[in-house]
Amino acid sequence: MKSFTYERADTPAAATAAFARAPGARFIAGGTNLLDLMKLEIETPAHLIDVSRLALDKIEATKEGGLRIGAMVRNTDLASDARVRRDYGLLSRALVAGASGQLRNKATTAGNLLQRTRCPYFYDTNQPCNKRKPGSGCAAIGGFNRLHAVVGASEACIATHPSDMAVAMRAFDAAVETVDAAGKVRAIPLADFYRAPGTTPHLETVLAPGELITAVTLPKPVGGTHVYHKVRDRASYAFALISVGVIVQRDGTGRVALGGIGYKPWRVEAAEAELPRGAKAVASGLLAGAKTTHENAYKLPLVERTLAGVLAQAKG
Amino acid sequence: MQTPGEFELSRRGVLAGGAASVATAALVPIGAAAEAREAAAALPTAKVAFDVNGTAHELELDTRTSLLDALREHLKLTGTKKGCDHGQCGACTVIVDGRRINSCLTLAVMHDGDRITTIEGLGTPDKMHAMQDAFVEHDGYQCGYCTPGQICSAVAVLGEIKAGVPSHVTADLTAAPKVTAAEIRERMSGNICRCGAYSNIIDAITDVAGVKA
Ligand SMILES: Cc1cc2nc3c(=O)[nH]c(=O)nc-3n(C[C@H](O)[C@H](O)[C@H](O)COP(=O)(O)OP(=O)(O)OC[C@H]3O[C@@H](n4cnc5c(N)ncnc54)[C@H](O)[C@@H]3O)c2cc1C
Ligand code: SF4
Repeated sequence: MKSFTYERADTPAAATAAFARAPGARFIAGGTNLLDLMKLEIETPAHLIDVSRLALDKIEATKEGGLRIGAMVRNTDLASDARVRRDYGLLSRALVAGASGQLRNKATTAGNLLQRTRCPYFYDTNQPCNKRKPGSGCAAIGGFNRLHAVVGASEACIATHPSDMAVAMRAFDAAVETVDAAGKVRAIPLADFYRAPGTTPHLETVLAPGELITAVTLPKPVGGTHVYHKVRDRASYAFALISVGVIVQRDGTGRVALGGIGYKPWRVEAAEAELPRGAKAVASGLLAGAKTTHENAYKLPLVERTLAGVLAQAKG
Repeated sequence: MQTPGEFELSRRGVLAGGAASVATAALVPIGAAAEAREAAAALPTAKVAFDVNGTAHELELDTRTSLLDALREHLKLTGTKKGCDHGQCGACTVIVDGRRINSCLTLAVMHDGDRITTIEGLGTPDKMHAMQDAFVEHDGYQCGYCTPGQICSAVAVLGEIKAGVPSHVTADLTAAPKVTAAEIRERMSGNICRCGAYSNIIDAITDVAGVKA
């Protein structure tokens, strides 16, 4: 690991000001992704700003009837919150399908959204990787890419975003609240939060350097039956090959979001109109324009069949 | 008799001696060695104070030191083990302010004011924690390397179920999770056992929890 200086921020303003003083810095929250990558020298910040003790660890009701989840709320606490379990069950389900008990005790809401891909070539510093080293090429294209994206990928990068939590948040139309060093706040719909890889896969979100996530908001509950199904190589403690999250209403309408297939949680609102017609119709809308390799082509039928199973389960 | 601490030091002495003779053999210029020493002296450090197993400690550490390395290398609490060092195996599990975490994926300097419990703090050879007793009773290990992490995790798992934390196998999210073998198995998935002692580990934990496996 490269050496770095360390400071702890007590307020969001202090955190963003610290970044303004040390532009190569990184915020550190739970540390479960950043430290992993720093050990491999994939991330090499010269300065760490510890945001883990900011008073952004509360889940509050919004006046619109939804929830504001503080950026530092731990994944365990979010999954356990009585309001989340009752009204946003899909979010609880997605959270407890991810990582391990130990990791969820540390992982934060903001850190989870910003965790980086698990592409094995991104992790292997001996391999070309445009995300890790812009312009070096992509070892996954033409390499082992069974885990990689089937939608939204580019000639430069076919990595997926690994978060389970983000899939549920996308289904709920969540928004990411931020503040910058000038004190400017904004709310970014999660739908617009992640950047398509294009020719710049190292740029992953629309956040500006030093912009601090303060919260994620969920609109008021939408009811319905919630099911999250994660397909993985082990029954527990493994990243998704694909995952399917659904919210289904009594009349058969609903929402569908997918994980493990692209650079962001994948949702196509227009495809959801096909829900009454069944999984095949919805999947073909969701996966329109998919590009597969011989190693990851299995993801297309897997999405359709998992969706069919999940819809049957939701109907009871 | 040598204490484990003395053994650690003497083994290190031997290793350091070995490294020095290698360096001499490779004829590293003396100036470069001095530069390296200066660079080492300038490495950023930070102070941290925390409580480990009821004892207060104050340390000044290289900022890069993981909580795991602080426990093992600085406080000589070598019960906590380093397996993968990437949060994947669970051998480094300790309990911080009542919650189990991977001590390898957290910086020691981020734990100012925290209360840390390691396997040494759960019980002693003469006065074992019920979970330690049960692991012995049920033969919940073979080589024993993952065991401290397994036991710290197991103690915390029972606490998590009691506190109502749901898991992937909890059938009804709105009801309190039940203490079942299936719940325990799922919640223990962050602790890998290379010897495959899983069934005995589950027997030990269900025994302490008072459920039939
Ligand atoms: C073995 C293993 C298995 C895992 N399995 C899964 C899985 O199955 N599913 C899953 O979804 N995840 C999984 N994870 C990933 C885990 O969920 C993430 O590591 C965790 O959510 C990251 O949160 P953190 O708070 O620790 O982030 P950190 O490591 O602290 O930070 C991550 C990034 O976010 C930035 N950041 C943090 N807070 C802020 C803020 N407030 N504003 C702006 N930037 C910020 C940091 O600078 C850093 O770039 C796994 C991880 C491990 C190690
Ligand atoms: S898929 Fe993306 S992350 Fe993986 S090697 Fe290619 S550029 Fe790197």
